[in-house]
Amino acid sequence: MNKKYMYSLLAVIVLILLPYVGVEAAGLQVLFGIIIPYLAVLIFIIGFIYRVMDWASSPVPFRIPTTCGQQKSLPWIKQNKIDNPFTTGAVIIRMALEILFFRSLFRNTSIGLNQGPKISYVWEKWLWIVALAFHYSFLTVLIRHLRFFLEPVPVWLQWLEKIDGFFQIGLPGLYMSGAVLLAAVTFLVLRRIYLPQVRYISLAADFLPLFLIISIAITGILMRYFTKVDVVGIKELAMGLASFHPAIPDGIGALFYIHLFLVSILFIYFPFSKLMHMPGVFMSPTRNLPNNTRAKMHINPWNYPVKVHTYDEYEDEFREKMKEAGLPLEKE
Amino acid sequence: MIDSKERASKLSYLPPKTDWMDTPTVYKEGMYCYAAKPSRLEYMDAPYPKDWSCMDEDWQLPENWKEIILEGMKERLEKYRTFKIFMDICVRCGACADKCHFFIGTGDPKNMPVLRAELLRSVYRNNFTKAGKILGRIGGARELTIDVLKEWWYYFFQCTECRRCSVFCPYGIDTAEITIIGRELLNLLGLNIDWIAAPVAFCFRTGNHMGIQPHAFVDMLDFFTDEIENVTGVRMEQTFNKKGADLLFICPSGDVFGDPGTFTCMGYMILMHYLREVHGLDCTWSTYASEGGNFGLFTSHETMKRLNAKMYAEAERLKVKWILGAECGHMWRVINQYMVTMNGPADFLEEPVNPLTGTKFENAKATKMVHITEFLSDLIQHKKLDLDPSRNDRLKVTFHDSCNPARGAGILEEPRHVIKNVCNHFYEMPRNCIREQTFCCGCGSGLNAGEDMELRMTGGMPRGNAVRYVNELHGVNTLACICAIDRAVLPTLMGYWAPEVDVCGISELVANALIIPGEKEKTENLRGEPILRKDVEPDEWYTRPDFPGREE
Amino acid sequence: MKLKDLLEKRKSAIITHWFNLVVDTYPPDTSRFLKKQKDHFANPVGTTISYNLGPLFDELVMDMDPDNITKLLDPIIRIRAVQVILSPSQAVGFVFSLKEAVRKNLKKELLDNKILNELLLFESKIDELGLMAFEIFVKCREKIYALKATGERERVYRAFKRAGLVSEIPDGKPDGMINFLKSDNVEVEPLSKGS
Repeated sequence: MNKKYMYSLLAVIVLILLPYVGVEAAGLQVLFGIIIPYLAVLIFIIGFIYRVMDWASSPVPFRIPTTCGQQKSLPWIKQNKIDNPFTTGAVIIRMALEILFFRSLFRNTSIGLNQGPKISYVWEKWLWIVALAFHYSFLTVLIRHLRFFLEPVPVWLQWLEKIDGFFQIGLPGLYMSGAVLLAAVTFLVLRRIYLPQVRYISLAADFLPLFLIISIAITGILMRYFTKVDVVGIKELAMGLASFHPAIPDGIGALFYIHLFLVSILFIYFPFSKLMHMPGVFMSPTRNLPNNTRAKMHINPWNYPVKVHTYDEYEDEFREKMKEAGLPLEKE
Repeated sequence: MIDSKERASKLSYLPPKTDWMDTPTVYKEGMYCYAAKPSRLEYMDAPYPKDWSCMDEDWQLPENWKEIILEGMKERLEKYRTFKIFMDICVRCGACADKCHFFIGTGDPKNMPVLRAELLRSVYRNNFTKAGKILGRIGGARELTIDVLKEWWYYFFQCTECRRCSVFCPYGIDTAEITIIGRELLNLLGLNIDWIAAPVAFCFRTGNHMGIQPHAFVDMLDFFTDEIENVTGVRMEQTFNKKGADLLFICPSGDVFGDPGTFTCMGYMILMHYLREVHGLDCTWSTYASEGGNFGLFTSHETMKRLNAKMYAEAERLKVKWILGAECGHMWRVINQYMVTMNGPADFLEEPVNPLTGTKFENAKATKMVHITEFLSDLIQHKKLDLDPSRNDRLKVTFHDSCNPARGAGILEEPRHVIKNVCNHFYEMPRNCIREQTFCCGCGSGLNAGEDMELRMTGGMPRGNAVRYVNELHGVNTLACICAIDRAVLPTLMGYWAPEVDVCGISELVANALIIPGEKEKTENLRGEPILRKDVEPDEWYTRPDFPGREE
Repeated sequence: MKLKDLLEKRKSAIITHWFNLVVDTYPPDTSRFLKKQKDHFANPVGTTISYNLGPLFDELVMDMDPDNITKLLDPIIRIRAVQVILSPSQAVGFVFSLKEAVRKNLKKELLDNKILNELLLFESKIDELGLMAFEIFVKCREKIYALKATGERERVYRAFKRAGLVSEIPDGKPDGMINFLKSDNVEVEPLSKGS
C-alpha cells in the first residue's frame, strides 16, 4: 500500500461520511444543502479570481515562447504559423489548439513516423486520449447539470442531452459523458498507482481530486440509475439556490447531500490546488505570446540599468596592446 | 541445483525504499563541475565569493542563507509570471518525464524534468502557498535545508536549459526557465561553477569568454589570414573596430580560439572578404564586443544583460547600419528573446536591409541583428554567391539543430537551405531527434567542462546515437551545426559515440564551396583535406584508403 | 535432447528474462521506460540492450566469434560505462544474469545430469563473455579519461599552437583562457579588477 494515495482515499471517505451522518443523524440539511454550497461557490469565485489576479500581478519581463516550428523570416522559407506564431491571431490559434485539443500532449504520439526500428507508443497516446475524454466528459456533465438551474430547460441543452444519451441504453437512458468520465478518471488513478515512473513523481495531493471526482461521479450515477431520488425536489432546491431564495424540500435522500457536499469540496479545493491549471494554461508565457521580439520590442516594466564594462574602460586597460596591434583608438 | 538468485541480486539495482524527497543526493564523480573560484565572482561584484568545493561538507554559507534564498524566491515570484505560474500549475502528468536527454542517458529519475522542477516547487509550496503550509508533506511541501540546497546545485547543473521538455508540456512549462531561476538563486550565495563564472568574468573584462586580449584576437585572425592564403591563394585582410563600416560582425569567441570552430571562423572571414571585393559591402570585427555567446544567461538575468550590453554599445560607437550575428546557439536565444528588451531600443541602427539584394529582414526590425544563415540564405536565393557545391562532395552531411536556435527562435530551415546549396549530400537524422524535437549535445548552458565528462557523455547519448544511426545508414561523416558550444563539444561526443564523424559549422561549408575571384586551383579545403577530384567516382572515393577521416 | 537444442528452443523466453534482469539494474522508474519505449531514438539505452542480447545469446550457443561479440557487447558496455548510476560491477555484471535466466527457464531439464554437465560448459562461456565485457569496459573508461584529460585543453591549445601564439605566453601577461586552461583548475588566476 502506498502512503501517498491512502491519505487522499481516507480523506475522501471521511468527506463522504460527514454529510451522511450530518443529514441522517443530525438533520443538518440546511448546512449541507444551503450554507456549504453557497460558501463553496463563494470561495471558488473569490479564490479563482484572487489566484488569477495574483499571477497577473507578476509581469512578463521577457518574451520567451517555446518555438516548435520554423520562424517567420524570408519569403521563400515557409513559416510554421501555428507552432511559431508571429501575430496575435496565430497565437490565438495556437492557444485554441492547445486548450481544445491538448496539442502538446498529442506530440508524444506524432513521433511514430520516423524510419527507426519498430515503434509503439502505448501510454503516451492513451494519456492524450484519456485526458481529452476526461475533460470533455466533465464539461458535458457540468453543462448537463444546468438543467437543474434553468426553467424551462433551454432547447440547446435538450439537444446536448439527446446527443449525450444517443445510445439509449437502459432506462433512464445512459449518458455517455457520465460513463466516460468515470472510466477516464479511473484510468488516471490507476496510471498514477501502477506506473512506477508516474507514481514516483506523484504527490499525495495528486490523488485527492481524482478520488473526489470518482466519488462525485459514482454518487451521481447511483442517483440517476439505481436509487430513485426525488428529482423534482432536487430541482426545487437548485432553483432556490440559484434565485437566492433557498429552501430545503422534503424527501431528498442522504446520497444527494453526499454528492452535493463532494462537489462543494471540489469547488473549495480548486483555487488552492493544481486544478488551477485550468486558467493557468491561458496565461502560460511560453505559449501565449508571439515569437516576434526581434521585430517588435517587448517592454520589461522593471528593466533597470546595470553596471557594464564600457568601451572607454576597456580601451584604458588595453590601450598599449591595442596600439601595438594597430587597432584604431578613441584616445591616443 | 545452485540458486543464483541471491548473488544475482547484488548486481541489480536496489531501489531506494523512500520517496524522492527522502532519497539523499549522492554526488558522483564525473557528474558535476568544479566550483567557481572567488576571483571570478569578485570581478563581477557577485556575492559571497569563496574557495570551496561541492564535495566539502561545509559550503561556507552565510548565517542567513535560508533567508537569502527565500527572499530571492519571493522577489522572483513577483518579477516573473513564468516562475509563478510554473510553480503552480504542473499536474505531474508525466509527459515530459522521458523527453530529457539527461534522463534518457543517465537513468537517474531525478533528471525527469518534472522532478527537477519539483525540487524547487516543494520549497515554494512550503513557504509561499497556503495549501503547502497547512498540508505540509501531503501537499508536496518540504522545508528548505542544506541537503535540499545541495540537491538543487547538483541537479540544476545537470540541466542544459535545452527546452525539449517544454515542447511536450501541455501547459508549456519550461524547465529552462526554472533552471535559470534556480541557478540565479544559487548565485545569490556564490554557488556557481567555474566553467560559467570564469567565461563571464573574462567576457566582462576582455569582451570574450576566452579572456583573449585585443592584440591576441588580432593575431589569431592574422594567422587565419595566412592559412586562408595558403589554401586559396588570396590574401583576405580583415578590418577591426572600424568606424563607419556597413555592418558589425559578432561571432562566438569559441570559433576564434578553438578547433574545429576555427574553420568556421575562417569561413566567416572568407565570406566577408567576398562581400567586400565582389559587392563592396564592408563588415568589421570588434575586439571589444568580440563575443556572441553569453554565459550570463547561465548565471542570472542581470549578468546576461551586463554582457549583452556590449553589442549595442559597440554598434553605436562604430556607427554601423546593423549587426550581423554568427553561428552560436545560446547567443541567439539571448538575441531573439532578451536583447532588445534588456538593452534596446536600438534607435541608432537602421532596420536591417540586405544592401546586395534589397531584402528587408522584417523579423529583425527591432533588434537590428540578423542571423548569418538568414543572411546567407538570402544571398544564395538571389544568386549573389558563386558556389561550387561539388567541392564539398567528400562530405556526407547531417544537421544538428542546436537547442536554442530551434526552440528559442525557430531557425530551422535557413541553415538547411544553405547546406543544401553548398553540399550535394545531405541526410536528415530521424524526425524525433531534429528540429523542435532536437536532442541537446548534453553540454550546453555552461556544462562543457572537462571534469563532468560522464555527465556530458550520458546527456549527449541520444544525440550520439542518432548520428551513429545516419553514419551507419548513409555513411554520414560530417555533423554540421550552428552553435559554437556544439563545435566545441560534439567532437568529443562523437569521439565516444560515433568516431567516424567530424563536426563543422555552416560557414565553413559555404566557404569551401565559394568560388573566390583570383583564387588558385583549389585542391584542399580549409582543413587541408583533399577536395574530391571530379574524375573520381564518389562511391569509389569513399572506399579508398586515403579517404579523409579513415585514419582512425 | 542436448542443451544446445534446448537453449535454441527456449531462446525467446530466456532472452526476455535476461533482458528484464539487465534492465532491472536501473531504478524502477527508469526500467519501465526502458522496457516500454520501443523507439530507438527516444530510448537508446533500452533498445540497444534489447537489440543486442539476442545475437549475443546466439554467439554463446554457437562458436563465440570474438569480433562479433565485441561488436555486440560494445554498444551496451559503452552506454553503461558512463552511467554513474551503475557501479562498475553492475555495468559489466549483466552478462552473468544470463546464468540465472537459463537456470530459471530450464529448471526441469537441469535435473538431467548430462544436461547439467553441458550447462557447466555453457556457463564457462558466459564467464568468458564477462571477461570480454570487462575488457571493453576498461577501454571505454580509458577513453573517457583520455577525453577528460585532453578534450577542452587540446582543442584550444591546438588552435593557439597553429597560430604560434602559445610561445608568447611565458613572456607577457598571460591571456585569460590560456591561464585558465593551464591552471588545471587549481590555481587562482589573477583577474585584476579595473586595472
